[in-house]
Amino acid sequence: MQINIILAGVGGQGILTIAAVIDLAALQSGLIVRQAEVHGMSQRGGAVQSHLRIADQEIYSDLIAEGTANLILSVEPLEALRYLPFLASEGRIVTSTDLFINMEGYPAMEHIHAELHRTNRPVLVNAAELARKAGNPRTSNMVMLGAAAPFTGLASQELEASIEKLFRAKGDEIVAMNIRAFRTGKALSQPQASNT
Amino acid sequence: MNKQLLLGAEAIALGALDAGISGVYAYPGTPSTEITEYIQKNSGRRDHPVRSAWSANEKTAYEAALGMSYAGKRTLVCMKHVGLNVAADAFINSAITGVNGGLVVAVADDPSMHSSQNEQDSRVYGKFAMVPVVEPASQQELYDVTRYAFDLSESVELPVLLRLTTRLAHSRAGVKSTATRIQNPLNALYAPERFVLMPHNARRQYNNLLGMQERLEELSEQSSLNRLIPGSGKMGLLAFGIAFNYVMEVRQACGLNFPILKIGHYPLPRKQIEALFNTCETILVAEEGYPVYEELLRGYFGLQNGKQIKGRLDGTLPRAGELNADSVAHALGVTKKEVLAVPSIMVNRPPELCKGCGHRDLYEALNTVMRSCKEQHVFSDIGCYTLGALAPYNAIHTCVDMGASITMAKGAADAGLRPAVAVIGDSTFTHSGMTGLLDAINDHSPLTVIIADNDTTAMTGGQNSSANGSKLQAICLGLGVEEAHLRTIIPLKSHLAENIEVLRQEINWDGVSVVIAVRECIETAARKKRNPSANV
Repeated sequence: MQINIILAGVGGQGILTIAAVIDLAALQSGLIVRQAEVHGMSQRGGAVQSHLRIADQEIYSDLIAEGTANLILSVEPLEALRYLPFLASEGRIVTSTDLFINMEGYPAMEHIHAELHRTNRPVLVNAAELARKAGNPRTSNMVMLGAAAPFTGLASQELEASIEKLFRAKGDEIVAMNIRAFRTGKALSQPQASNT
Repeated sequence: MNKQLLLGAEAIALGALDAGISGVYAYPGTPSTEITEYIQKNSGRRDHPVRSAWSANEKTAYEAALGMSYAGKRTLVCMKHVGLNVAADAFINSAITGVNGGLVVAVADDPSMHSSQNEQDSRVYGKFAMVPVVEPASQQELYDVTRYAFDLSESVELPVLLRLTTRLAHSRAGVKSTATRIQNPLNALYAPERFVLMPHNARRQYNNLLGMQERLEELSEQSSLNRLIPGSGKMGLLAFGIAFNYVMEVRQACGLNFPILKIGHYPLPRKQIEALFNTCETILVAEEGYPVYEELLRGYFGLQNGKQIKGRLDGTLPRAGELNADSVAHALGVTKKEVLAVPSIMVNRPPELCKGCGHRDLYEALNTVMRSCKEQHVFSDIGCYTLGALAPYNAIHTCVDMGASITMAKGAADAGLRPAVAVIGDSTFTHSGMTGLLDAINDHSPLTVIIADNDTTAMTGGQNSSANGSKLQAICLGLGVEEAHLRTIIPLKSHLAENIEVLRQEINWDGVSVVIAVRECIETAARKKRNPSANV
């Protein structure tokens, strides 16, 4: 078993929190994890990405090779496209449709949609709206994680246990809210997760 | 013991704590910062205190580490690759004096320049100083080797350079730790014949160092960091540092079986390399960094005793930038499968100053003043405010090395440039700006230094800086800045008109002036609000 995930977003959007949940769940499942992330200048509003690899045998490279990512999980739609060369032919994109525009020349949403739909059945998630419905707009990353969950190869119970562990210090209410957000995301994508 | 998920940088920190260090000395710099931060956060739980506050710069850090080693204790000193340029004087000479307590210098290189001005390879420095260099390839190896490096340092009485690169420093993996060794007792070494580097001592010590080299090579031959992964075929791989990971990745993914000699301990294990050369016709040299050893193995005239050497120098691998499994696969002739292209609608998303950052208000005021000047050059430095070079501000026109804003402005002023303006942060000013300002004062070079004092080392994540606020003022006055031309502004939108006026006055004044723009970094302020007890 080997799952390669590219996490994408904009510096400050919190993709490393998503990574931390997946890392912990994978480790708790007895799997091997390598997760390369970006620190430094790009964290100031630039494009950021994390390469996350999970396997049941030794992983050598911290970086994912081109054409071998099973999943691109992006919290911003344009950022999902930035890493297309890494996507395996049968790989899936799970992306938020919430735009983050902090530069010149941001493409039209219809062009982004068209490019996303060139890939293998992309899962598009209106994360901010779903997070609001789950109780707090700040849980949109957990909505995204929930939407990506069926593609991670990890059991949802493990992912939820990791959310619980990582947010425990902030209180039961915050934990419950994030679990709710996770389940909302998962409910959206589960029907799209079948291999056919 | 259970595995902990650690960044490579954190694995070094934990290894050093478990090796019984009494102190860490460092100046923040990506990708090395997290080593010291981990020690700051975790040393409190140890039985004995480990000192860990930030140093003013890499040179002061290294020298303090050497002093702790002189006193018999183990010490770690950390920096990014360009920081070793700053500490080079102390580093090279510490190889001549040798050490007492174990001294390990962890240097994080940044190939591909993710957050740096160059991609210099610190292994060159290790060779230059003639000290052992270790270069682990995984987070677990980082932990194990950090522990080993302290033993090695004490056994050969030399500093040991631990080299890593961005990719390993900033990648997480599970790491198993082992029992903590207790700290060394205070045991200062009375050895003026070693530590007084007057020529007669230095010559003898240097000869000792030269005499050590054979033993260092023998240690490399026995090191578990240098090992052969057997295989077959006419091509052999020499894989240095984390290049080993990419080579193994390709070997596994493509079902190849070439022999690999993994190198992670220098000086080179000559016998092991010879053995590989004897069984292969072609050697691919994969180094994460400069082609330091490829060049050596190739020889000046390219004579290789009938063997073909491939690598970065003949274009088999890219000459610049970090390696990856794709570039190694290409070098091994693996046919590339078709992958999706980045769509043509893609646009870059460069980093930017945070919304609400005081540097934005400073640059707005400065740009207004500079627009009215005939010459509009602004010399700047390394920090968040370097982002002022990008649109929409385009406010600064140089960024070379720590402190160069002031000294370059001084040289330009000496050449006749008016006005000569420098922008530097509080942490960069104390790192290497103060001495340049003293030069300008002594030389009466007319320039205006703007110290953007946000009360932190922001770009690396908000570490304490060595001086800010009133301490900065006192430093400037002490260096000889006239009180009338030491001004303070608050870079807020509501102060814009006032700030423009102050900057205009000082920039137009024909002498040395300093304007300190004081406003706390919004990120640091938010972090303090979230966690009031945090000291960083």
